[in-house]
Amino acid sequence: MATTALPGRGYLEDDTPTVWSWVKAWLLTVDHKRIAILYLLSINFFFLLGGLAATVVRIELVTPQGDLLSSDLYNRAFTLHGIIMVFFFLIPVIPAVLGNFLVPLMIGARDLAFPRLNLLSWYLYMAGGIFALSAAVFGGVDTGWTFYTPFSSTYANSNVILTIAGAFIMGFSSIATGLNFIVTIHTMRAPGMTWFRLPLFIWASYATSLIIVLATPVVGITLLLLAIERLWGVGIFDPALGGDPVLFQHLFWFYSHPAVYIMILPGFGVISELIATFSRRRIFGYEFIAFSSMAIALLGFLVWGHHMFVSSQSVYAGLVFSFITMLVAIPSAIKVFNWTATLYKGSISYRTPMLYALGFIGLFVIGGLTGIFLGVVAIDIHVTDTYFVVAHFHYVMVGGTIMAYLGGLHFWWPKMTGRMYNEVWGGISALVIFVGFNMTFFPQFVLGYLGMPRRYHVYPQEFQVLHVLSSSGATVLAIGFIVPIIYLMFSLWKGKPAGNNPWEATGLEWQVSSPPPTHNFTRIPVVTSEAYAFPPEAAERDAASWRPGSPL
Amino acid sequence: MATTTQTTSAHHGDHGHAAHGPELQHHFETPAQQKEAATLGMWAFLVTEVMLFGGIFLAYAVYRWAFPDVWAEAAHHLNTPLGTVNTVVLLVSSLTVALAVNAAEHGRRTRLLQLLGVTLVLGVAFLGIKAFEYSEKFAHCAGYKTPIAWATGGELLGEQECLVPGRAFAFPAEHGAATEEHASTNKTPHQLFYLLYFIATGLHAVHMLIGLTIVSILTFLAWRGFFTPTYFTPVEIGGLYWHLIDVVWVFLFPLFYLVH
Amino acid sequence: MRDFPLFPQQASTFAGPIDTLYGVLVLLSLIFGGVLPFIILYLMVRYHRSQKADRANAPHGSIPLELTWTVIPLILVMGVFFWGAFLYIQMRTPPQRTLEIYVIGKQWMWHTQHPNGKRENNELHVPVGQPVKLIMTSQDVIHSFFIPAFRVKQDVVPGRYTTMWFEATQEGEFHLFCAEYCGTEHSLMGGRVVAMSLSDYERWLATPGEVILPDGSSGVVSVAPMAAMGDPMALVGGQLFSNLGCAGCHRDDGAGVGPSLVGLYGNQEKLADGSTILADENYLRESILNPGAKIVAGYANVMPSYDGQVSEDQLNQLIAYIKSLSDAGSSGN
Repeated sequence: MATTALPGRGYLEDDTPTVWSWVKAWLLTVDHKRIAILYLLSINFFFLLGGLAATVVRIELVTPQGDLLSSDLYNRAFTLHGIIMVFFFLIPVIPAVLGNFLVPLMIGARDLAFPRLNLLSWYLYMAGGIFALSAAVFGGVDTGWTFYTPFSSTYANSNVILTIAGAFIMGFSSIATGLNFIVTIHTMRAPGMTWFRLPLFIWASYATSLIIVLATPVVGITLLLLAIERLWGVGIFDPALGGDPVLFQHLFWFYSHPAVYIMILPGFGVISELIATFSRRRIFGYEFIAFSSMAIALLGFLVWGHHMFVSSQSVYAGLVFSFITMLVAIPSAIKVFNWTATLYKGSISYRTPMLYALGFIGLFVIGGLTGIFLGVVAIDIHVTDTYFVVAHFHYVMVGGTIMAYLGGLHFWWPKMTGRMYNEVWGGISALVIFVGFNMTFFPQFVLGYLGMPRRYHVYPQEFQVLHVLSSSGATVLAIGFIVPIIYLMFSLWKGKPAGNNPWEATGLEWQVSSPPPTHNFTRIPVVTSEAYAFPPEAAERDAASWRPGSPL
Repeated sequence: MATTTQTTSAHHGDHGHAAHGPELQHHFETPAQQKEAATLGMWAFLVTEVMLFGGIFLAYAVYRWAFPDVWAEAAHHLNTPLGTVNTVVLLVSSLTVALAVNAAEHGRRTRLLQLLGVTLVLGVAFLGIKAFEYSEKFAHCAGYKTPIAWATGGELLGEQECLVPGRAFAFPAEHGAATEEHASTNKTPHQLFYLLYFIATGLHAVHMLIGLTIVSILTFLAWRGFFTPTYFTPVEIGGLYWHLIDVVWVFLFPLFYLVH
Repeated sequence: MRDFPLFPQQASTFAGPIDTLYGVLVLLSLIFGGVLPFIILYLMVRYHRSQKADRANAPHGSIPLELTWTVIPLILVMGVFFWGAFLYIQMRTPPQRTLEIYVIGKQWMWHTQHPNGKRENNELHVPVGQPVKLIMTSQDVIHSFFIPAFRVKQDVVPGRYTTMWFEATQEGEFHLFCAEYCGTEHSLMGGRVVAMSLSDYERWLATPGEVILPDGSSGVVSVAPMAAMGDPMALVGGQLFSNLGCAGCHRDDGAGVGPSLVGLYGNQEKLADGSTILADENYLRESILNPGAKIVAGYANVMPSYDGQVSEDQLNQLIAYIKSLSDAGSSGN
């Protein structure tokens, strides 16, 4: 393993004489790694805000009478939770934080193709966030994150326009990132870095970027049409004019279903990296994992109608969408099986990132399987718009994306900061999150099948037990999310230096110093081997070197 | 990678710019790579633009399928001669842009400046004509025959017509007496047609404004002698953007003006 | 366990089949989602770095294996798909003769009207053992009519009719929810569905009661005696039909300016552009509100729009009347 420290100053270091020039050096940086850090801070800030809204919702639901909040406040709380989590956390989180940091490093490039566009994307993200937050400050918005017409266009008296503006601007930020990744991956791979030598995280990021570029403009125009309807007073979704309010749903889900894959595909990429590294062997079925990402990206565009099985869609449309939805299950299953097979004959260590990765598989399997329930129209009719759906997408989004994000963050934290975090606390918090998560969301499957509709502020008495269970799980989950913030921050001061490659992983990012120098590579590396090229005996050697007292 | 070797590449870590022009950014290895990135980036961006207009086209298709007669009827009230002129104007501007790229490739600065200038004039002409079309519609709502009449308090419009969607919307009665009896309601799908017309052409006009800004910057850079036969990527990708605007209009024109 | 149920009540003919499919899916999920974690756990422990194990010749891929775990899940999901599809088609195909109840959703209440004109708010009384078809529309935003115990749900969309049908199998009171978020009091927009025996239902139908009408006014609704069941809503519609002057053009003998409406509902109608269309509730609705959209072959586009002149409530009555003119449309039991 080449671990020679390369000359060049770490990207975090500055020789700025004044505070002001230091601030400028960060806020006007075009270094993809610094932009990733800017994103890390801002996205986590939004995550905490969204989490706060979720906390309010969960506390309210402890009692069935709706006695903590007024119904308007409750509606604003869950809308805020949805909008922040979807648009300002889940969609950007892995691409903008981990992707920004890793894509150039992993393919052997000095930066993304358009560094200034990259910085612009962060400013757009912040601008979008400020719009969405100002909407919340000036009284909130109560349409739900889905903005269904005609409620959002005509009937809601809340800050719909401000919120839409936020989501719209945020869309440009996504597009800028996606476009940057596509161009970078196409044109800036190091010599010898062929497509089939790319780390799977790059494949996943590439598939994600394709979705972003193709789908985001559609939600852009949809939100624009909605804004016009609100401002102008007449609109193309207005049933009074012969317009079709359901057309909005078609356009909205044409983006928002692929957006689900924008959230989860990068997560798949992260998990592939983690499983290979901590099994100390090459990933099983590399090509199948790579192509399944592309298959998901493609099929993801053909299933939007499964959000609308009860929206007065025709029977034929329902059947077609249901059929294609069943097909999406296959590439996801292929990934899970290949990850499992990678464990076979590996030398597995239970480091924090690996715990997250294993947790991811468990939760994602449940999320994916319940997705099949929802894809079967006859069952969907009963469970759609109930807590069953809520539980399902939280299993995919929180159990999938957030577990992958946290796993990835722990895995690359030493690379990003040059410091190791406390492994014991890392393991504990991963377990707490796993347990808390299941406590929160598993009861919601039962609630949903019992018929508890979502977005309900007041609910019948018989659902209380399960709601209380769910809320108590949320408490555990909240603790699980707060602990990493503390020990990760702490590691910045007290963590022991990480060295270039603390996990003995493969990949170009581990060959540069930690933290990496400003321009990544002094000389562009030439790649001569495949991804995860652990020598055949790596697993055996790793196991043989284990002594009591070595990390588990 | 387990077996990665460090080799000397054309571009060294010390960021010497001896081998190439100053326009090569530090993170690219070769000018060819930089150009490839810029071009691919523009194409990817054009895809997003197509998808943006795609949403409008989809809404258009859905409603045209639902109300074919209304669509045909409504289209007759758009100013087709002006639309045709505008189509010609844009097509010619696409030609001048293509020629400008060619001029830049051959390093003919004066010719490049002339062609970009002509493009600018054509672009402004298009927007001028578009603005006249819009103001005609608003003048009709105010009860005047033309925008000039509206400004000067001139000739009034005989029949009631207001094609701007909204409360005042009034589609002129043509078919039989029945419509007059029930003129109280203006909530007809005709409004959808005009809404889509205003949104689609308005969005297109916004893109024209952006395009004009880009061409202005290119003109300024060309005037400063920024482009060389080896480096004229901005002209090329600026040209691509202009062609896209043109292509979008080529779809908008028949869909809105020429429906039967 | 009264306060802590795990399965909802089964109170319609759909509940059984859907629960069976659900149960099979849960079982399949347990095989995959239950066994896989144990395989992972086993591998995690077996090949932990502290364990002595044979790690030689670890495979990097295997086409037969990949095919196996592609094809087997594919076959399973296809099986599930077809099962679900047949059930779905059944749920969307009401029987020929159903009891038709009109539903109007508005922020934040449900308004229903039975064939004999009996109205109710936030409640729906239905007879057990009779197929019931709901013809639903909304006065404002999108709502969704959801009866968990019957396993049925359908969005209620402004500007069009949506329908759903079910057959209750069990007497009792069940939850009625609005499942599509519709604003401030979304969670209060619900009530109960009362399934009762046919004789009880008929008795209930004949009891007058006070309700809030869809336009917001309240009134005591007089109901016709049971003998005329199936007619009174159509009767009011018929009066409306003549009051609005419809009968002047749509003469029953077909000699009017407009086509005769006798026998129209449920049949194919030939249009001026050569196509044909099934004359269902949505077609009738569109023809009243936007007559120019689909012109019947042989007639001119001269009918004025009645948009804004008739309420959703009156529209329901007009349509009930037009349907009563056709064999396919006569409701009742």
